[in-house]
Amino acid sequence: MSKKINRPVILDYGSGNIRSVVKAFENVNGGRVLSTNNPSELASASHIILPGVGAFADCKIGLLAFSGLVNGLIEQVIEKRKPFLGICVGMQVMATLGREHGETHGFDWIQGQIVKIKPDDIDLKIPHMGWNELVFHETIHPVLSGLDAASHAYFAHSYCFETIDPKHVLASVEYGGLITAIVGRDNLIGTQFHPEKSQRVGLQFIENFLNWDGT
Amino acid sequence: MLKVRIIPCLDVDKGRVVKGVNFVDLIDAGDPVEQAKIYDLAGADELCFLDITASSEGRETIFDVVSQTAEQCFMPVTVGGGVRGVDDIRKLLLAGADKVTINTGAIQNPNFVQEASLKFGSQCIVVAIDAKRKDDRFEIFTHGGRIETGLDAIDWARRMADYGAGEILLTSMDKDGTKSGFDIELTKAIADAVVVPVIASGGVGTLDHMVEGVRDGNASAVLAASIFHFGNYSIQEVKTHMDAAGIAVRSV
Repeated sequence: MSKKINRPVILDYGSGNIRSVVKAFENVNGGRVLSTNNPSELASASHIILPGVGAFADCKIGLLAFSGLVNGLIEQVIEKRKPFLGICVGMQVMATLGREHGETHGFDWIQGQIVKIKPDDIDLKIPHMGWNELVFHETIHPVLSGLDAASHAYFAHSYCFETIDPKHVLASVEYGGLITAIVGRDNLIGTQFHPEKSQRVGLQFIENFLNWDGT
Repeated sequence: MLKVRIIPCLDVDKGRVVKGVNFVDLIDAGDPVEQAKIYDLAGADELCFLDITASSEGRETIFDVVSQTAEQCFMPVTVGGGVRGVDDIRKLLLAGADKVTINTGAIQNPNFVQEASLKFGSQCIVVAIDAKRKDDRFEIFTHGGRIETGLDAIDWARRMADYGAGEILLTSMDKDGTKSGFDIELTKAIADAVVVPVIASGGVGTLDHMVEGVRDGNASAVLAASIFHFGNYSIQEVKTHMDAAGIAVRSV
């Protein structure tokens, strides 16, 4: 458990399993977690979390619906370089472009696009739903600390992140080919899986994220 | 590699876990909050919480019980019972659900499934199908099995997947509570008909039944209630047995 005082702020834009995410952060952080759609709350955040269940376009529209939220996010995450975690669709909106229900521009924080999963085995089901084993490409990142090679995480998605730069992919999963599981650069991190629903592995990941200063 | 999911199911009536045979003659099987805690610690891959009398009694899902139950879980929780509109889904998500199952609400208004999957994403929307053999086909029943619809189960499953359901929770009403194994013919017919994952439900009595649901029924996940609630088998015993049968499961 972290000794320093963290003030994680979870963005609630009206969709998604918000309570599950808040609960997992409370479990790790000892109860001091704020969920909000108010951009003024971002200034006091130590860590910013964008959860996501839903469609890419809905996530983007949901964020834009709250005046100043996107600008506040850019100010805190890109200018002030606060540690940022995007979960599932919250990770996908970091991309340049989403191709779910038409084309939608993302934040372009990590270059690449969000495309439908096309497994090379036609018997594989879509959505990719359930526990899959993480394949780490990068093992020295602080948020991956203590996660062993056989770690399983919970996935539930039909679209995946194809990055331009392979170095931005920290971990993948095998599902008829490799699918991006964790992306990151600088103070940004994103998971296709749901750490809030990945039991011990997920809580460890969240604890690591909260212990990370973004460098 | 993606693992086959083992899903304990809490059928909840008036805040208590119950279990019946062929959807009737309910007996008490404990407190959902305590059960959820046990299953989470045991490494269940998901939890299913069904408020089984919500539709038949025409009332809302009991949000406080859902909330207390979900509070114990760091695995995905799917909640069903009385889900009729996007407001119901938002309320359940706020109570701690990760996915919702829609059954009667889909039959009364199929477009609701489209609306729900567009708003919350397909991965959040599970369509539950309760099917029973009738003549030479499988027919859908609603209201906890009390009302027949005339709908063919395979056609309906395809339509629901087309409408954006991310998963099908398939229960054989003929098998439910009988401990005689899944209806493999039904499970395979639906699993092979849709691109989305199918959760097999209804009839598990032995460890071999769990294996059969996946190996012969092509299910992506297996759901059971009474064998877990009454302590016949633990989650770990199921996983060990499935692993020995060559089915990939997540070790805890």
